[in-house]
Amino acid sequence: MARAEVRPVRRRARKSRTGVDWFLTIMRVAAITVIGLGLLAFIAQEINTDNPFAQWANPDATGLTGAQFQGLIISGVTQGAMYGLIALGYSMVYGVLGFINFAHGEVFMVGAMTGMITSNKLADAGLWESNFVGSLVFIMVVSILVCSLTAVIMERVAYRPLRGSPRLIPLITSIGVSFFLQNASVVLLGPAAKAYPDVPDWIRTKHTFLDIEGAKILVILVAAVSMICLWYFVERTKSGKAMRAVAEDAEIAALMGIDVNRTIVKVFALGGAMAGLAGILWGILFRSVIHTTGFLPGIKAFSAAVVGGIGHLGGAMAGGLSIGVAESVGPLVILEPLGVSGVSQLRDAVAFAVLIGVLLLRPAGLFGERLQAEDRT
Amino acid sequence: MDRLGSQVHARKYRRALTVLLAMVAVLSLLATSCGNDDGVDIGDRGTAMGDGSLGIVEVEEGDVIQIRSLEAITGDVAFLGLPNQRAVEFAIEHFGQIHGFDVDMGTGLDDLCSADGGQAAAQIIVADEDVIGVIGTSCSGAAVAAAPLITEAGMAMISASNTSPALTSDLAGTEGENRSVGYYRTAHNDRAQGEAVSTFVLEELGLTKAATIHDGDPYTQGLAEAFKDFFERDGGTVTAATAVNKDDTDMVPVLTEIAASSPELLFFPIFQPAGNFVADQAPGIPGLESTVLMGADGLLNLDFLALPQAAGMYLSGPDTRFGSNENESTGTTADEFLDMYEESFGERPAAPFWAHAYDATTLLLEAIKAASWVDGGTLMIDRQGIRDHLNSVQGFQGLIGTINCDEFGDCGASRITVVQNIGGEENADASMENVVYSWAR
Repeated sequence: MARAEVRPVRRRARKSRTGVDWFLTIMRVAAITVIGLGLLAFIAQEINTDNPFAQWANPDATGLTGAQFQGLIISGVTQGAMYGLIALGYSMVYGVLGFINFAHGEVFMVGAMTGMITSNKLADAGLWESNFVGSLVFIMVVSILVCSLTAVIMERVAYRPLRGSPRLIPLITSIGVSFFLQNASVVLLGPAAKAYPDVPDWIRTKHTFLDIEGAKILVILVAAVSMICLWYFVERTKSGKAMRAVAEDAEIAALMGIDVNRTIVKVFALGGAMAGLAGILWGILFRSVIHTTGFLPGIKAFSAAVVGGIGHLGGAMAGGLSIGVAESVGPLVILEPLGVSGVSQLRDAVAFAVLIGVLLLRPAGLFGERLQAEDRT
Repeated sequence: MDRLGSQVHARKYRRALTVLLAMVAVLSLLATSCGNDDGVDIGDRGTAMGDGSLGIVEVEEGDVIQIRSLEAITGDVAFLGLPNQRAVEFAIEHFGQIHGFDVDMGTGLDDLCSADGGQAAAQIIVADEDVIGVIGTSCSGAAVAAAPLITEAGMAMISASNTSPALTSDLAGTEGENRSVGYYRTAHNDRAQGEAVSTFVLEELGLTKAATIHDGDPYTQGLAEAFKDFFERDGGTVTAATAVNKDDTDMVPVLTEIAASSPELLFFPIFQPAGNFVADQAPGIPGLESTVLMGADGLLNLDFLALPQAAGMYLSGPDTRFGSNENESTGTTADEFLDMYEESFGERPAAPFWAHAYDATTLLLEAIKAASWVDGGTLMIDRQGIRDHLNSVQGFQGLIGTINCDEFGDCGASRITVVQNIGGEENADASMENVVYSWAR
């Protein structure tokens, strides 16, 4: 039905191109040209640094060794897996309620903080060293519980009373909730950066398998497993079916005997659980957490959800991975060969450029469906 | 211009001149009948310094000498500003009266560690024409806005913790772009720290290839650049000079960029938490496994030293071994000061610049003493004399060491030390004292 409504609009637009269309076309061409030139210059550098094309924009270019390039990809994938886990929460809430829950990044921060407190308590008791795997599972469970609870309380206190009001209102409320959680963390735990206890050597050191650090293997594995579990839950269980039904049309789902409120609470709890898991992985990987930890990853995860096509679960993970890899690899592979200086400061810019680029080329995101005209307002 | 035109003009000028002279004559008659502060009634100034060119402040019998404190006393950097303000209070108390007049600091003002805050507070200060001098600001960014206002009002300003070269000079004879005449500081200049680190790396460690990372903050950027300048001047090579964002966590890309240039040492004068991530992730990057890591005072705190990844790192910063140094004006030593501070406030100062603030205050009070005299029960203070005195300070013994003011207002002892982290949470305090290198300008 959606397609039938949208197509004629597109056809009409094709016939008479407006200035905006021309502008967008020029932007698309420019973006592809910059990326193409950067890649070509990079490949030229890799072949031979004295190559005139490699020298053309950046005479000091040295290129990257294989190990360095692999390091960039791995770090991008791990970072992206965490963005993806957080993005699932944004995407599911959007799918069901149709608004962006900006406080979701803060739920992730709560998870990282919970992990910090629990793991330090375990370290004090000596369990962290003696039984690391058990402790890790324990802090993951605690963090999932705390984050789900936070998300559920957030829904009950801040969003449910606003159900049925225009979408802008819960959106702005969610920004308020985000500030509340950040400041609550400052009041309760102080403004300084807090460290996780030291992790065992097998987490810190690199393994013969692809030469990857243990922590990164752990992040990728846990993200993959939780993604599969989530997919199974949403696609194969009764609760999952209820969620999809509510996402499709809440009113009709209610008429079919689905408890909409309960389903929405489940969606928040599930999103919170994913964020809690991401928080622990973050803690194990970076071993440091501060009250603003959730802000930037939250915004990037939101971008990831949009890049993947908001409302689409696989898309959220794919979007997270693309943003993670792009911000890790992009500065050195595309910008540096073009002679841009201080490229590492531009990683956030690259991440958001991916968002803009995807929206230019595929306005509904990589896996997104075109929205009905009435849904866009 | 033709001849006729010039004659007409000359006649016009002559008439205008006559009128002007007449007006001046009338005005001067009026002026002398009213009396003149600058010329007539200032009494015998004796040996007091100054020429009256910035005006004379009169403190009536029973009144007090007004100075002000302008520090970051709220917000994130209150840990820096509060001890400074308290040190000003102590110094005033210990110094005692000047020619029989008490000194008053008024209520401590807040620079908010920002240009806006500095400007707002400076406007409050200059609105009171009786204020002689200001101790502050805490942050260089606030001083950039506050110093022009305060010094243009004829007041002297001495900062205890501004380190930006822009406020004074690059220590090589070039005036800083934000320098104001009448601004002084007892803190070290970032250029001094850059030179100290460079000398340490080249001479003590014997390394000649280094890379730097800053985080876009003017402080970290200035320090990284100062290091680069001196390192390259003295024969080293900076293989990569790059930057991160303050809230970056994944440092693999930036470290990969640096690894491509294979440096022997990585100098990253940034803050927490970004500094934690650099220290943590650097050893895992191909090409940086054995690179020596070095940070600066932004990371020189107990939290950072306790981190496992910071073990073995070098960190530069101002020399904080004040110990038995004695301030020659008050006879108080640094140890005595710390005891008094702990007794009054129940904690130790969190940042080391209290000593600089104490010395800055005694310098200002000495300058007031040298530029003032009593005339019939009224204390006369020559504003220019205060600056003359501060310009001539040489060999003053303070808590921070020997204080010499240069022509651009840098008075600090500029003693920089490098400590090496022993490693481990239990050794953090000992690491703070583990000085492996000292440097003085």
